[in-house]
Amino acid sequence: MNKKSLAFPYILWAGAFIVIPLCMVFYYGMTDKTGAFTLSNIITIATAEHAKALVLSIELSLASTAICFFLAYPLAMILTDMHVSTHSFVVLIFILPMWMNFLLRTLAWQTLLEKTGVINSILQLIHLPGLDIINTPGAIILGMVYNFLPFMVLPIYNALSKIDTNVINAARDLGANGMQTFFRIIFPLSLPGIISGITMVFIPALTTFVISTLLGGSKILLIGNVIEQEFTQTGNWHLGSGLSIVLMIFILINMVAEAVFDREGEGTRL
Amino acid sequence: MKKRILSLFLLSITALALTACGGNQSSENGEVIVYNWGEYIDPDVLTSFEEETGIRVIYDEFETNEIMYPKVEAGASAYDVVCPSDYMIKKMIDNDLLSKIDFEKIPNAKKYIGQQYYDQSREFDPQNEYSIPYCWGTVGILYNKTMVTEPVDSWDILWNEAYADNILMQDSVRDAFMVALKRDGASMNTLDEAQLQKAKEQLIAQKPLVQAYVIDQVRDKMIGGEAALGVIYSGEAIFTQRENADLAYVIPKEGTNVWIDSWVIPKNAPNPENAQRFIDYMCRPEIALKNFEYITYSTPNEGARELIEEEAIKNSPIAFPDLSQYQNLETYSYLGEEGDALYNELWKEVKSE
Repeated sequence: MNKKSLAFPYILWAGAFIVIPLCMVFYYGMTDKTGAFTLSNIITIATAEHAKALVLSIELSLASTAICFFLAYPLAMILTDMHVSTHSFVVLIFILPMWMNFLLRTLAWQTLLEKTGVINSILQLIHLPGLDIINTPGAIILGMVYNFLPFMVLPIYNALSKIDTNVINAARDLGANGMQTFFRIIFPLSLPGIISGITMVFIPALTTFVISTLLGGSKILLIGNVIEQEFTQTGNWHLGSGLSIVLMIFILINMVAEAVFDREGEGTRL
Repeated sequence: MKKRILSLFLLSITALALTACGGNQSSENGEVIVYNWGEYIDPDVLTSFEEETGIRVIYDEFETNEIMYPKVEAGASAYDVVCPSDYMIKKMIDNDLLSKIDFEKIPNAKKYIGQQYYDQSREFDPQNEYSIPYCWGTVGILYNKTMVTEPVDSWDILWNEAYADNILMQDSVRDAFMVALKRDGASMNTLDEAQLQKAKEQLIAQKPLVQAYVIDQVRDKMIGGEAALGVIYSGEAIFTQRENADLAYVIPKEGTNVWIDSWVIPKNAPNPENAQRFIDYMCRPEIALKNFEYITYSTPNEGARELIEEEAIKNSPIAFPDLSQYQNLETYSYLGEEGDALYNELWKEVKSE
């Protein structure tokens, strides 16, 4: 068997499940019910309710990406400094929840955060004021951070652990203090990991509709919810596809940024 | 070489297993593909049907009519039996998705289902040709007596600021608008734009008071004491009261929706004969009773109601209300494509607010 024929199943897979569906999204997005060409489905992003949903989605996903980054970077640094035996244990702890279904984990947060939920019952027991966060944007950000944090930690950790310690030692030898070493050596070298972490958190956060439904009580409409409802409830596939195309533009911008910064593909290699 | 032998061996085992399964599955009498609401049947009934008829049941569930419709319309997955609600049945009839039912083949349907339910069905199935009632009920307010002390008899209470963050609304366009329209004394099938705008404004005004828009979760949240008031289907009310005695159900005085969910057979059903047998089985009094006891949604099956032993349930005003006592009861009618689009548009404006 030569190498090319090994790629055949992958090409078949990519064609059937990536290329064809993508073409269908573009077809539906640029036609109306009669099948005539139109851009109206894409332009509807400018209407008040769609624009509001898009802006809110961008805000929430930026916020959760930022929180993920500030939580993940120190953690990744701590992991790099650890002994091999301990760090693989910590990494395992991080990956372990990902073996469980994402939907179930988000549902669990609902049970935790509810008014009569686990957290509030405990708070009440020790006479502390309750936590009123369920069905607010805060709960959605919490859900996003919880679900997507590992996607930020792992690429950054990967990039950090590849930094040659000799480079850091050389910086120290030449008189750089801790801060200088970090900002001029470690941070720039970990940039590819950071960029791919940002992509891996920002894109799923931008498109999610499950987290906002479960933790937002369906009161907060994100662009993912609008698209989902066009497909499942309203049955207007054309509008849903048109809005998906708009979302793809944002994703493309993000991926171009990633390609520019992450030329060596270090961050994504786990 | 060794590897190749191993993989050949594995392959043959899989093939064997597959054919064995296939032999089992295409059991004597084929299969019937059922598409029903979530938690809307006693699972034992499906097993006993399989045992008695040798027809394998493939069972699939949906959460709202709006989710069900595009799947049946697209025809990607053909179903033999579907259980949509009134207005959706009309839409399916109008769009030529249903086949007429041969009542000769389903003798139990005429024998046990009360005539009044067929009469009610005329609103969406004018000649009673396409549907056989499975469950029916009303939509009302479920409230927790320990959290709501004042009398509950009107939709107005869902706009009362004393219950801010304690109200659960239905996350479905027709039910949400029904509440606002009925409160205004309007028809819940109205296409009057000014009236609908007004209803939309009311729903937006209500939104800060609403804890969450949910569907099936109203039940669990009310049982858990998570909210004081919730808009709910009457069938869920009996179940919730069993679990939490503090809950009470009322039909608001401004009127509400009387709905019927009925069995229909889609045009593209691959096994229409098995579908008939399935529906006929469901119409047997003892089977309908089993389903009623499990899902607690009112059954239109007179035979089954006779068999209910507990008098309190048999004459329960929730399960079997005397509809003549209430005013302004309506059944949803299909609004047409433009009407649907208008409602959806307004609902999106409420949700994005």
